[in-house]
Amino acid sequence: MTTELLGERLAPSGDLPAGHAPERILGLRCRACGRAEPLGPSYVCASCFGPLEVAYDLEVVGAILSRSVIGARPAGIWRYLELLPVDAQPARGLPVGSSPLVPAARLGAAIGIDHLLIKDDSRNPTLSFKDRAVAIAVAKALDFGMEALACASTGNLAGATAAAAAVAGLPAYVFVPADLEPAKIDHALAYGATVVPIQGTYDDVNRLCLEIADERGWGFVNINLRPFYAEGSKTLAFEIAEALGWRLPDVIVAPIASGAMFTRIARGFEELVTVGLVERTPVRFVGAQAAGCGPVATAFVNGSDDIEPVRRPDTIVRSLAIGNPADGRQAVELARASGGSVEAIADEATAEAIRRAARLEGIYPETAGGVTIAAAEAARRSGVIRPGDEVVALVTGNGLKTPDAFRHGLEQRAAEPGVPGLAPAIPASYRAFEAWLDR
Amino acid sequence: MSTVRIPPVLRTSTGGQKLVEVDGGTVGAVLTTLVASHPGLEAQIFAEDGALNRFMNVFVNDTDIRHLGTLDTPVGDRDSIVLLPAMAGGCAIDAGPWQPRQ
Repeated sequence: MTTELLGERLAPSGDLPAGHAPERILGLRCRACGRAEPLGPSYVCASCFGPLEVAYDLEVVGAILSRSVIGARPAGIWRYLELLPVDAQPARGLPVGSSPLVPAARLGAAIGIDHLLIKDDSRNPTLSFKDRAVAIAVAKALDFGMEALACASTGNLAGATAAAAAVAGLPAYVFVPADLEPAKIDHALAYGATVVPIQGTYDDVNRLCLEIADERGWGFVNINLRPFYAEGSKTLAFEIAEALGWRLPDVIVAPIASGAMFTRIARGFEELVTVGLVERTPVRFVGAQAAGCGPVATAFVNGSDDIEPVRRPDTIVRSLAIGNPADGRQAVELARASGGSVEAIADEATAEAIRRAARLEGIYPETAGGVTIAAAEAARRSGVIRPGDEVVALVTGNGLKTPDAFRHGLEQRAAEPGVPGLAPAIPASYRAFEAWLDR
Repeated sequence: MSTVRIPPVLRTSTGGQKLVEVDGGTVGAVLTTLVASHPGLEAQIFAEDGALNRFMNVFVNDTDIRHLGTLDTPVGDRDSIVLLPAMAGGCAIDAGPWQPRQ
């Protein structure tokens, strides 16, 4: 059904260039000056240097998409194909998306939130939400005939890019800060990527990769494929709305690194409203950052739209350690305009939130998920989250990626009978076990 | 003279030149001289009020000038200035369902 509809190549409308896009995808457009560009591996407006993003004809999409059309499709991000910048689902790819929206009553009670739901996006093929963004970027890289995939990563993107490249049969070059968690580097290596550690912060890595992307023409998923990459995060919004019975929650709590995912969830909700799939209801957006690298949280507190870059991030939350976030300004505007907030969370609170989610809900988040749960608690304390609110908190990565984080701030203590923890090694005899139990 | 690296998207304004050597004692002076010799770059480098375009990030010897002295950052011979896009940010979001009810 979908393929047939998408197979019809209709004449593009409006003042945008024709290219070869079907009608629902109009091309690229500059977010700042509105200048149209044909669909291609471009990310910067040649006129004003502003960022390019994908433009859709949402009237065309609205005529195709309905709740029943989506409901009849298989699980995964491609069930929302018409709201993505891809002609058809790629022939090969990882099974990304349709992660569960889990009621979290015990954790909610512990942090004072009446109706807490966790969007557990650690349940993706490489254990983080980055699989969504990469799936779209790689589909376009293949369309554009690119010979290699690459990324600048704080860790999760490294594994996602490496795995997607493996499935697509393309080489992957992954650039990471040299002090990244070893588990994340090994993850990318296992998929066969070339991992290049850079002596510097993520922002140093990102600057270098901008130059490499310019000169080498590789498909950097979060640089020259960024207009497409960013679209992948909208599928979080689509899934949340669908799982709620095609309506929007009162509050979204999500981590902010570059701010792309945070702002694209709002964009996803807006598109659902525009195409008639959900009713327009107010949603407050609460962003979560680490106190040791919180440029967006700082701008929020100062009442500023300007993001003052953080030169030397200092936090265990490496996946959010972007000192100069690309979508930071949009993120702070969204939090403010929606009546939400951006919370800065100390590392000890992040570690405590990881432990709580694991011990109360059986969900083991990486550090970004811990920051998010702690931010939900902070926003409840400040009154941004109100009694009775339905709150969706995004756990965007699995705790196995940051294996030491949950211990942060904890005193090392051996387990005793009735006290959870790591017990001392004992001989393999029942008598020895009993002796330990009875001591 | 400092060397300014021009990103590909702006090289049509420099006749395809990737590296341009420019005189000037500060980043601001270098960029002003660059724009004087390549007027096609003005709208991309400077905002209407003369400040740096908010989408333009400038690095001197690989350090963001916002961590140095912004446009007043001193530069000299053998300094390398790189112009790179900020990639995103900078303008108001569309009104959406997240707007609080009035």
